[in-house]
Amino acid sequence: MAILKCENVSFAYDGENVLEGVDFELNAGDYLCVVGENGSGKSTLIKGLLGLKAPRGGKITMGGGLKPTEIGYLPQQTELQKDFPASVREVVMSGRLNSLGTRLFFSAEDKKAAAANMERMGIDDIADKCYQELSGGQQQRVLLARAMCATKKLLLLDEPVTGLDPVAQNEMYNLIKLINLCDGITVIMVSHDIHEAVRYATHILHLGNRQLFFGTAADYRQSDPARRFLGGDRT
Amino acid sequence: MIFAEMFSYAFLTRALAVGVLVSLCSALLGVSLVLKRYSMIGDGLSHVGFGALAVAVAFNLAPLAVAVPVVVLSAFLLLRISRSSAVKGDAAIAMISSGALAVGVIVISLTTGMNTDVSNYMFGSILALSTADARLSAALSVCVLALFVLFYPRIFAVTFDETFAKATGTRADLYNTLIAVLTAVTVVIGMRMMGALLISALIIFPPLSAMRTCRTFRSVTICSAAVSVVCFVAGMAASYAWELPTGPAVVVVNMLAFGVFSLIGMTKHK
Repeated sequence: MAILKCENVSFAYDGENVLEGVDFELNAGDYLCVVGENGSGKSTLIKGLLGLKAPRGGKITMGGGLKPTEIGYLPQQTELQKDFPASVREVVMSGRLNSLGTRLFFSAEDKKAAAANMERMGIDDIADKCYQELSGGQQQRVLLARAMCATKKLLLLDEPVTGLDPVAQNEMYNLIKLINLCDGITVIMVSHDIHEAVRYATHILHLGNRQLFFGTAADYRQSDPARRFLGGDRT
Repeated sequence: MIFAEMFSYAFLTRALAVGVLVSLCSALLGVSLVLKRYSMIGDGLSHVGFGALAVAVAFNLAPLAVAVPVVVLSAFLLLRISRSSAVKGDAAIAMISSGALAVGVIVISLTTGMNTDVSNYMFGSILALSTADARLSAALSVCVLALFVLFYPRIFAVTFDETFAKATGTRADLYNTLIAVLTAVTVVIGMRMMGALLISALIIFPPLSAMRTCRTFRSVTICSAAVSVVCFVAGMAASYAWELPTGPAVVVVNMLAFGVFSLIGMTKHK
């Protein structure tokens, strides 16, 4: 069953199309990697999927009972967060905000969900540590735990391994794959690293201000955009 | 000793009560403002408040009744302008703040002339609070405190990561506006006592002191509130004991506190 469907979607800034012809369908349990150069429209597509930017044309539909506010989003880190005083627990808890509804405060159930996700990400022993004092890899795992708190169906990860050392990168990739396989959570990941993308993902979406390719990772290896991109330098 | 003596004056008791409430409000809101890089918003709003107070006095209107809505409105405006990106956030604040200050000074010089009133607006006076003012100020502060506590989880989320909060369906703009409006109300109440030029110190010093030593949002918030109240009471006692102007005395105590917390922070973390 399709969990996400984009039909000829386009996005524009100031009346100018920055991304067009996006047309794909994802089933529950798929692992999609969105690749493309800087400025190819990856971030715009993410904003569109999250409902933060309205498409200019086309239609984005969600199936399988998925609501736009129930996407587990892992954003790129901002400058602001680098010196933010917050404990790991506080950050992860904030992922439960969309389960609050009209309640004002978190319940025991919210706390339990946060604790469970911290345990899964292996950060339960640093739950009371300060977020800003963690290593890059630990910080990403905290944000992943927060994203997991917000969703049961779809994770949307914006360059989750950027800035991590190779060991932490591998850990992160494996963790994401594990979530995808064990929990059946659909994953959409924006990535610079096309070689890793082809290794882990089931599907690839290649953007260059329009949709250059969508299909399985195996098909992608044989395609024209891939040959140019895979042969090129790794940014 | 000194407090018993201070409490024998009704106006001092009143000023102390309102001051403690305002210190609490500004310290809580300040945590979010400082972390969101909006420190200057308090400064900008206080200058608008100065302009509004000057106009109110010139036309013989109730000062708070004029200043509160005007400053709340400019808080809306500041957020809107800084988002529309035609003029960037800090520039917008600087523009509105100096503009309002200029208008205020002109209105005052045209009506009463530059006198002690102006100095009172600029640097504050604990004599400025009437009983009615004090009651209204106390009521507004309690509202600010209640709203902050009730929306604490959402305020944290919006402060830490606005994009994530929006993506998961939190109305970030609403809470940004809420923070700005609460700040506006706090600034207007506090500026009578602290002065238009000094009220922003109440917003930025306590959170910055707290952040030297505390490492979680909750502890920073609580510590900031405690520091703010203690510094206010100490500053007021100092101002009574040595006949210093109250606003500046409170700011100086806050500066000392910041120094002490920085030292503690340095020995603790390095």
